[in-house]
Amino acid sequence: MANNRKLSRERLGPIGFAFLLSGAFIMLAPFYFMFVFSTHERADIFQLPPPLWFGDFFMENLGILMTKIPFWINLGWSIYVGFAATALTLLFCSMAGFAFAVYEFRFKQVLFAIVMGTMIIPAFLGMIPTFMIMDFLGWIDQPRALYLPAAAPALGIFMMRQYIQSAIPSDLLEAARMDGCTELGIYRRIVVPLLGPAFGTLGLIAFIASWNNFIGPLIVMRSVERYTFPLALRSVQSPVDTEWGALMAGSVVAVLPLIVIFIFSSKRLIAGLTAGAVKS
Amino acid sequence: MEYVGLENLQFAVEDPVVWTSLGNTLWLAVASGVPQHLVAIPLAFIINERLGRLRNVAMGAYFLPYITSTVAIAIMFITLFSTDYGAVNAVIGFLRDSTFVGRFISPENIDWLGQSETIKPVIAVVVFWRYVGFNTILYVAALQSIPRDLYEAAKLDGASTFKTFWYVTIPQLRPMMYFAVILTLIGGLQLFEEPFILTGGKGGIEYSGMTTAMYMYRTAFEFSDYGLASAISWILFILIVVLTILTNKAFKPRSSDG
Repeated sequence: MANNRKLSRERLGPIGFAFLLSGAFIMLAPFYFMFVFSTHERADIFQLPPPLWFGDFFMENLGILMTKIPFWINLGWSIYVGFAATALTLLFCSMAGFAFAVYEFRFKQVLFAIVMGTMIIPAFLGMIPTFMIMDFLGWIDQPRALYLPAAAPALGIFMMRQYIQSAIPSDLLEAARMDGCTELGIYRRIVVPLLGPAFGTLGLIAFIASWNNFIGPLIVMRSVERYTFPLALRSVQSPVDTEWGALMAGSVVAVLPLIVIFIFSSKRLIAGLTAGAVKS
Repeated sequence: MEYVGLENLQFAVEDPVVWTSLGNTLWLAVASGVPQHLVAIPLAFIINERLGRLRNVAMGAYFLPYITSTVAIAIMFITLFSTDYGAVNAVIGFLRDSTFVGRFISPENIDWLGQSETIKPVIAVVVFWRYVGFNTILYVAALQSIPRDLYEAAKLDGASTFKTFWYVTIPQLRPMMYFAVILTLIGGLQLFEEPFILTGGKGGIEYSGMTTAMYMYRTAFEFSDYGLASAISWILFILIVVLTILTNKAFKPRSSDG
């Protein structure tokens, strides 16, 4: 089969190649400029022509950024919220996915439809209610206002249900029950250890979503000491006197972990993020 | 809290900025959305049918903008589009000074984010850049499920690459096109982060970069008028529902078309 496929594939012509290459250039050039600009002084960035190669001002730019925002605190919140959101997402989604995949219970279809239905509700409709609920709970400026509402995304529940249905044979669960394993024991000792790959994909998606989240903290975080990193970065931007070199260095800090994650797991991420789409 | 009937809705309809923002939102959804699909479909075809080992590298390059922080990206594009020393104006300046097309280019540097005619195109470019890779990946996934026999048959019949693409690939892609266009439409109409950061949260001069989601945010969290903001969000929601139904109709015409 694989051979067949190869034979039927034609070589890429020069026009296609040029199209592909110029496209890839346009996709990657802004990242290149971001990295280059982060290593130059503000005055050097705004020159004609702009700098095209790396300078040696990165640490100084980072230093300027640290005078503008509580850098380590903001970065710390981003990491803390990211890991908390990831851990809770994995816990709740695997439990809910397990229940929907394995058990029969009343209103199962209806409940699953409601969970999936939350995916098509536009996010902006939740902006004001989210703020009001967080305000009512007294969670404004609390990091839990970021990771708790995000702890059981419908996409994650769907992914886990699919994975458990396809990868864990019901005979195995039946055998465990015969041996006297409790239902919670089945989840903990049998299902969780088998969920490795699904945990990996969903964990990456959850972490990236939390790391990049902008609207969430914009609505619930009020003091600069509680800002996550992207929000703090945005606050440096001002109409009159923006430290662009420092902002570029900050952008690199925001983007670099994602690029590193992406280089090592792009295949898994792409498969995970498009899985829901391809199935439908 | 006090029940005010449809008063908030009436305020929203009478607010000219609401209409400006709805116009901007529609303009941006079309100007950033249509090119995404016009580029993503042929691109996915090339990646899937003509690339061997480089396939994953190409997919990764196009997908990268989608997973990176909007804030970092928008900040980057502000510098690239800055008036006096931005890279975009530098390239235009180079074309003006050293090529024959120069005489058609205005001698002034373009104030991309500072004038109402260019704010929206810049936002559309950034949105296009960010999401074209996501759509490409969706189309690549759909292309992989097209039976190879169809291509073999087209080849035996002597069809050219273009004809194969037009008569075999496009019809087979239709279900995914429907899905991807709906995603782009719903996402595009909710556009918030990119214009918010590119215009410093204020929507730019004459509100020309203000989307409805941004104006809703502003009404709620800067003017503290949650009632009006909720009315605005319902107007946008109805617009999304109506346009989704219309897209649905466009993609599923009477059963004769199959």
